[in-house]
Amino acid sequence: MPAVAETLDTVRAVTGSTYKWGFETDLEMDIAPKGLSEDTIRLISARKEEPEWLLAWRLKAFAAWKTMAEPHWAKATYPRIDYQDIHYYAAPKKGGGPKSLDEVDPELLRTYEKLGIPLREQALLAGVEPSPDDRLPMAVDAVFDSVSVATTFQETLAKQGVIFCPISEAVREHPDLVREYLGSVVPAGDNFYAALNSAVFTDGSFVYIPKGVKCPMELSTYFRINARNTGQFERTLVIAAEGASVSYLEGCTAPMRDENQLHAAVVELIALDDAKIKYSTVQNWYPGDANGKGGIYNFVTKRGACRGARSRISWTQVETGSAITWKYPSCILQGDGSVGEFYSVAVTNNCQQADTGTKMIHIGRNTNSTIIAKTISAGRSDSTYRGLVRMMPKAQNARNFTQCDSLLIGDQCGAHTVPYIESRNATAKIEHEATTSKIAEDQMFYCRSRGLSQEDAVGLIVNGFCKDVLKELPMEFAVEAQKLLAISLEGSVG
Amino acid sequence: MLEIRGLTATIDDKTILNGIDLTIPPGEIHAVMGPNGAGKSTLSYVLSGREGYEVTAGSVTFYGQDLLAMEPEERAAAGLFLAFQYPVELPGVGNANFLRTALNAIHRRRGEPELDAVQFLKLARGEVKKLAMSEDMLKRNVNVGFSGGEKKRNEVLQMAVLKPKLAILDETDSGLDIDALRIVADGVNAQRGPGFSSLIITHYQRLLDYIVPDRVHVLAEGRILRSGGPELAHELEARGYAGLVGESAEAA
Repeated sequence: MPAVAETLDTVRAVTGSTYKWGFETDLEMDIAPKGLSEDTIRLISARKEEPEWLLAWRLKAFAAWKTMAEPHWAKATYPRIDYQDIHYYAAPKKGGGPKSLDEVDPELLRTYEKLGIPLREQALLAGVEPSPDDRLPMAVDAVFDSVSVATTFQETLAKQGVIFCPISEAVREHPDLVREYLGSVVPAGDNFYAALNSAVFTDGSFVYIPKGVKCPMELSTYFRINARNTGQFERTLVIAAEGASVSYLEGCTAPMRDENQLHAAVVELIALDDAKIKYSTVQNWYPGDANGKGGIYNFVTKRGACRGARSRISWTQVETGSAITWKYPSCILQGDGSVGEFYSVAVTNNCQQADTGTKMIHIGRNTNSTIIAKTISAGRSDSTYRGLVRMMPKAQNARNFTQCDSLLIGDQCGAHTVPYIESRNATAKIEHEATTSKIAEDQMFYCRSRGLSQEDAVGLIVNGFCKDVLKELPMEFAVEAQKLLAISLEGSVG
Repeated sequence: MLEIRGLTATIDDKTILNGIDLTIPPGEIHAVMGPNGAGKSTLSYVLSGREGYEVTAGSVTFYGQDLLAMEPEERAAAGLFLAFQYPVELPGVGNANFLRTALNAIHRRRGEPELDAVQFLKLARGEVKKLAMSEDMLKRNVNVGFSGGEKKRNEVLQMAVLKPKLAILDETDSGLDIDALRIVADGVNAQRGPGFSSLIITHYQRLLDYIVPDRVHVLAEGRILRSGGPELAHELEARGYAGLVGESAEAA
């Protein structure tokens, strides 16, 4: 496969600072004053011209949040976060709403170009089909700090009844759908960070695939944190009606900064009868420098509800960034015969800490879940897989298969596996397999004796280790992910 | 041309190689035979640059370059190849992908153009065919689930693709049945020519019936005790190491 050769090229291309997405864009910004209060929430709601019900919903979440304590059960240590020292709203002054691409600030378009994100609908608008050797057409919603700055292919998708737009636009244009589903999977008071997000969420994507429609292209959202001392609180809502299917991908990057920045997102997925949602994440927030200075705190709640019979939700994640990751994309398998899947690669290097995993809640009969988690730790980093499999009393013949593999590089990192298994149904079957290994000296020598450098060898071995997960990613992103793995682990050997 | 002069090497302060002198001119195949514990595998690892061995005296030059100063991957790029006694498994890494990455790494180091996927597959399939192997070999993960014979054949395939100037075969014949032995031998014989030389390390004379060496050396106690033509291998087979080594020790 050429992808690995490309991976190696990329590694070679990157020298010195290995986080190549760390640049900053200089834009005129509309920024809310620091601090969190009802006034902040009213300001956000007013900026977004929201209806009264949504403001009320936000305020209720804020009231709940104030009664909650920051969770510290994850295996990660960090100083207390001062929630009053954060800007909760930051938007570029120009192009502050997704109109046509022509209206978007050219500086922003250049930023996305630099990040390699295809915001090139222009060609299509002008009636020019992309040439065959171009990337596959993909609709992109680009979220820059607190607002969506562009969403491509909306018209093409609308022809099939697919709604793909910023959630703030959905609130205005499709209020009934938003009202019905928002908070229906992750309630406003679900946990500390979900409550915070519900109170102050700024933008994110909204997807609705109508009955029987197979979404004609990949949908993706690209999140970029740019402004200083700003939190990003996006909210994503994906609904696949009966028999619908969609593949959705999100990517994330941020500038290199010495201070930590908070990212607390909520993603809700709803699959009705026979619907399929595939949700892939390539998370590459700035991880901090080699000594652990700076980086994103990634505290995210992601949950999918398989409400309908035979519905399927599949989470695939490649996590290489963030100083701290706290994230458990989950599936509630309510519909009979529904299927939940979780495929994860989590890479930590230097001083990164990751506590990530999944929850599979089996409620319906004949529900089935698969968990494949690959954890790679290098440097002085610490990585934990934490997963819950719960079989409820009515989950007749439910099944789960879990495999957790950890790979250690060097002798100063840590890998931990914390599985929680609860079965309240005697017919349910649960399997759990776990391994921990190190890149063996004989593997390294074997590769090097064939001409591979140490870094090439690590890249190859790590990519091999993650293959079961990488093959679940859309093709384009599998290549990206392989490059990312190699870059993330640069300097971890030798 | 490989020139080993007075090579002494230790592992954990224990002397394993104790002054080896050996020259392999281009185009020649030399066999090194010896009893268990003679230092045969140590010799192959020291030549290919494995960590954990300390060279305390002597020199090795390979086509004029100081081999011992080079990293393992630099030695590979210089044209050295080691066929492992126990080939290593790389889970999830496809054999074709591994070989192409290796070949292109070598090409890059030499400043030669790299092969794209199509060019590489053409080359690899050609070699697979010449070695009477199944194309499946390229699709499988490197050595994972391979039988002992398949692993050794895979080493020969790698050698055929990477086209080294000097191939060290470290007991490649151990654990092979007669058919596999023949395939391995055919693979080496196919490379024979003025630009290819080989150091065949073996315990038994059997492989040398199929790859007839230009010279045979007897290694024992970390030194070359005797050298001769192919007939020395037969003599060893008939008289055993003890006889030869003893005689040599008396002569010295």
